Order: sequence, then structure tokens, then C-alpha cells
Amino acid sequence: MATTETMTLNMGPQHPSTHGVLRLVLELDGEVITKVTPHIGYLHRGVEKLSEHRTYHQILPLTDRLDYLAPMSNNLGYILAVEKLMGVEVPERAETIRIIMAELTRLQSHLVWIACHALDIGAMTVFIYAFRERETVMEIYELISGARMTSNFFRVGGLSQDVPDEFIKKVSDFIDVMPGYLDQYEGLLTTNPIWLKRTVGNGVISAEDAIDIGLTGPALRGSGVDWDLRRDNPYSGYDKYQFKVPVGENCDTFDRYKVRLVEMREACKIVRQGLDKLKPGPVLADYPQVCYPPKESVYNSIEGLIHHFKIASEGFPAPEGEVYQGVEAPKGELGFYIVSDGGNKPERLRIRPPSFVNLQAIEQMSLGSMIADLVAVIGTLDIVLGEIDR
Amino acid sequence: MAENNRAVLKLKEKFAASIIDVVEFRDEVTVTVKKDAITDILMFLKQSLQYNLLTDLTAVDYLGKKEERFMMVYQLYSIPNKDRLRIKTPVNEVECKIPSAIPVWATANWLEREVYDLFGITFDNHPDLRRILMTDDWVGHPLRKDYPLQGPDREPYKGRLS
Repeated sequence: MATTETMTLNMGPQHPSTHGVLRLVLELDGEVITKVTPHIGYLHRGVEKLSEHRTYHQILPLTDRLDYLAPMSNNLGYILAVEKLMGVEVPERAETIRIIMAELTRLQSHLVWIACHALDIGAMTVFIYAFRERETVMEIYELISGARMTSNFFRVGGLSQDVPDEFIKKVSDFIDVMPGYLDQYEGLLTTNPIWLKRTVGNGVISAEDAIDIGLTGPALRGSGVDWDLRRDNPYSGYDKYQFKVPVGENCDTFDRYKVRLVEMREACKIVRQGLDKLKPGPVLADYPQVCYPPKESVYNSIEGLIHHFKIASEGFPAPEGEVYQGVEAPKGELGFYIVSDGGNKPERLRIRPPSFVNLQAIEQMSLGSMIADLVAVIGTLDIVLGEIDR
Repeated sequence: MAENNRAVLKLKEKFAASIIDVVEFRDEVTVTVKKDAITDILMFLKQSLQYNLLTDLTAVDYLGKKEERFMMVYQLYSIPNKDRLRIKTPVNEVECKIPSAIPVWATANWLEREVYDLFGITFDNHPDLRRILMTDDWVGHPLRKDYPLQGPDREPYKGRLS
């Protein structure tokens, strides 16, 4: 009688489809996966530890480097947590620009997702198209913050500076053409037999299991759970915007694909509403104990310069207490939990990364399928290792 | 107010002896409970009060600031009711262990591995308690307050020079 044995296969950390430095140790029975053991931490930089030694303003640049495909979402989550702790009210113009940028960031992140996900499972053209559109978002980033990725644009109490005049036209033009590009991607994928074969019925996880394992964001909505923090626990003025929350039915990779595509269309609509709401006004709260002074006053008056210097070097003391702020980042719920002991640095800053928790579901979603299907599961979970390892 | 929070009302009814403290700050309710009742309380919150999503699980090191050095923090969310609740429980340095929350939420698995890795708190009945972010042969637990910022065997960090 013939005997069989399982084989252990190492995948990563330098595997092209593992999106960074994810290492998976697979137990295989033939080509069928019987066990997946993820090894993470290759990109661990100790952001939480570093944060305990920096003032609240100095932590902000670190958050850019978590989910580096969606820097402004990370900025927003952190800034909102600090503002909640300090009780700062943000001017309307700043809030609107924040929402416009957060939604453009969602578009950007989903564009990278669709590009890499499609490339991983054999549709190369989409990659080229999606990166072309992503470039426009990067240009908008560069226009307002000077950086393409590490934007560091938001400030406690508002924004680092007002946006330039070209901003509105550039964003508006992009939002006008983007739905047409989305139609192109759908034309390439939605009815493509190879795409359907690879995604329909792949990585199925029921709604109950998905909640139990902690999935959030599009991965959870793909399993039919109608929950979106922007609508259900609105922050930063999202309650003044109309948008739909797409929900899947079949809990598989194809439904998560459809959910994300609708999210991109809705993001365009939110940005349009934001542009319509945009009115002239201050972009930084008048709260001198906490906020930086406006740049004009720093450059033109000694008081402004001293003020800037004090805030930059000393920071501000925060009241004793603890706050948690969750935002709907492109990949799921991104949470910042700050414990303050009354000093100018947090006693503890905990980052709740959506990708870290979502990646946990990888074993459940890929058991009993082939290695090639595992690659599709990695794509559909839309993970970013910078955020997982922190 | 915190007293009228639906979870606080029920917890006071059922686990009155185990509640140490109830605090409301910036509209967020935090309930501190005794460690020996933690699994029962979490199970009750999930099954009877629909806190079905464990958003986050972490720890805080209060070295030299509190009698019991560590504080475990559970951030709960109820998808049907769309509200949050924070449960905390102190863990002392000598014992340094707590029952695992995996029987209540599967999410707890990696989150507890992370707390074990970075704080050195062990979890009873955890099926796979290994380090997760640091390498397997790492010595020490980086997020403890007595762990130097610049790594072991280095001068302690004295603040930014600029």
C-alpha cells in the first residue's frame, strides 16, 4: 500500500505576491493546503514604543509610515484621537478638506489593491491602468503637502496649511474621469471568465466567522455585514454626506471585489460633495495652547515665532484620561487608543491596525484550497505589512 | 452618563462584586473589573449584550505608578447596537498572567500573542502562545517601561537633543 505524507513549503518573505515581507509556512497535502502559519514582524519599527517618547505633534509623521498606501487615513485617525483627548473643535473648511483627502486616499489604496490583486492572479493590464490613475492622486498629495507618500499634512486642530488654488480643479477633473476608468477595470475583470474562475467561491468566510475573527472594512462587508464606521459612528462630519455602503452576499473574493469597486464610486461622490461644500475660511483652530500658529504669523511676527517654537519643542500637556478613536480606513477599522498621564507625551499609544487583525483570517479562508487560491486570498484581504508590523 | 450606560447597568446587576471602577471620559465608558471574573464578564457581554466584535485587546504598563503594574484593556464594539465599551482589568507583575479570551472571540489569538511578545504577560489556555512581532529568540519585552528605547545594552534614552 502506498503511503503519503504532507510537505512543508516556505512562501516568502520575498515572494512577489505577499505584498511586502509576509512569510507563510504552508503544510501541503499534494497541492492542497492543510495548514498556514504566517510569520510577521519583518518590518517592525516599534512605532508604539517610539511614540511614548515624543510629543503629540511629533508622533504624526510616524503614522504616515503605518499603512503607507493610505497615509492620510492614518493621519486622520491619529489626529482625531488627539483632538478628542484635547477637546479641540476643528474649523469647517479643514474638516471638509480632510474628508476630501481621506476619500482620495481610499481611492488610492483601492487602486493599488485592484492593481496588485489582479496582477497576482494573472490580469496584468489592470495593474498598468490603476497605477496610472494612482499617479494623479499622488500628484494631488504632492500639490498640497509636498510629499507623494509621507504627507504629514493634517495637524491637531486642522491642517498644516491651506490648499493651493489649483487644488479644486485638479481634484474635480480627477473625479470627473475616475468613474469612466472604473468602468474600464470592470470591463476587463467583472465578466472575464478567468477572473471569475479565480475569485468566485474563493476565500469564503461566513458573516458570523468574519465577526468572530475580527474582520473589518470591505473584507467584512463582503461577507454581508452592513457596517461602516463613517455612517454608523460618524466622525469628522461624515454625517453631512450622502453615500451608500455596499454589502456582498456570497462572502467570497468576487463579492469583496465588487464591494471595493462600489466603494471607489461612492468615494468619488463624497469627494464631489466635499468640493461643493468647500468655503473659504480658516484651516486651523484658534486654540493657541495646542495648535500651531498660522504660517503667516510665524514668518512675520516674533510672537508667532515664539509660539511656533514653544509648540514644536514642548508640545502641549494633555488632560489625564484615555480615548479610543476608530476610523474607517480603506482596509478596515483603524483605531488609536491614547492613555495620557497628564504629560506632553502619551503614556501609551496603541494602534489597532486593520491589516493585522484581518490577516489572522488567512488560514480559515484558505484551508483546503490550492496554493494559487491562497495568493488570491492574500490579495483580497488587502494587507499592508507596514501597518501589521508597525 | 456612565451610570445609564446599558452595559454598566447590567454589569452592576450581575457582577456587582467584581466591578472596581466605572469612568466616563469624552463620552467613552470604561469599566475596570477584577481579574478573576474577566472571562465570565466578557462572555456575558458578548452573549447577552451583543458586544460581538472585539475591536482591540492590549495592555498598558504602569510601572511605578500603580500598585498592580499592568492593565489589560479590551475594546468592545456591538455591531447591532453600534456602541463601544472598554473593559480593563489589572494584572500584577509577580503573577503576570490572565485567562485567554479566545473562547469568547477568536480575534484574541494574535492580539494576545502580541501582548505576550511586547509586555510578557502570559495567557492561560492560549493554544499558540509564541512571539509574533519580535524574533523567537528575542530577550525581553520591548513595550515594558523598563525596556530601554534604544534597545538592550545601550545607554538609556534621555530625550531628544534638539
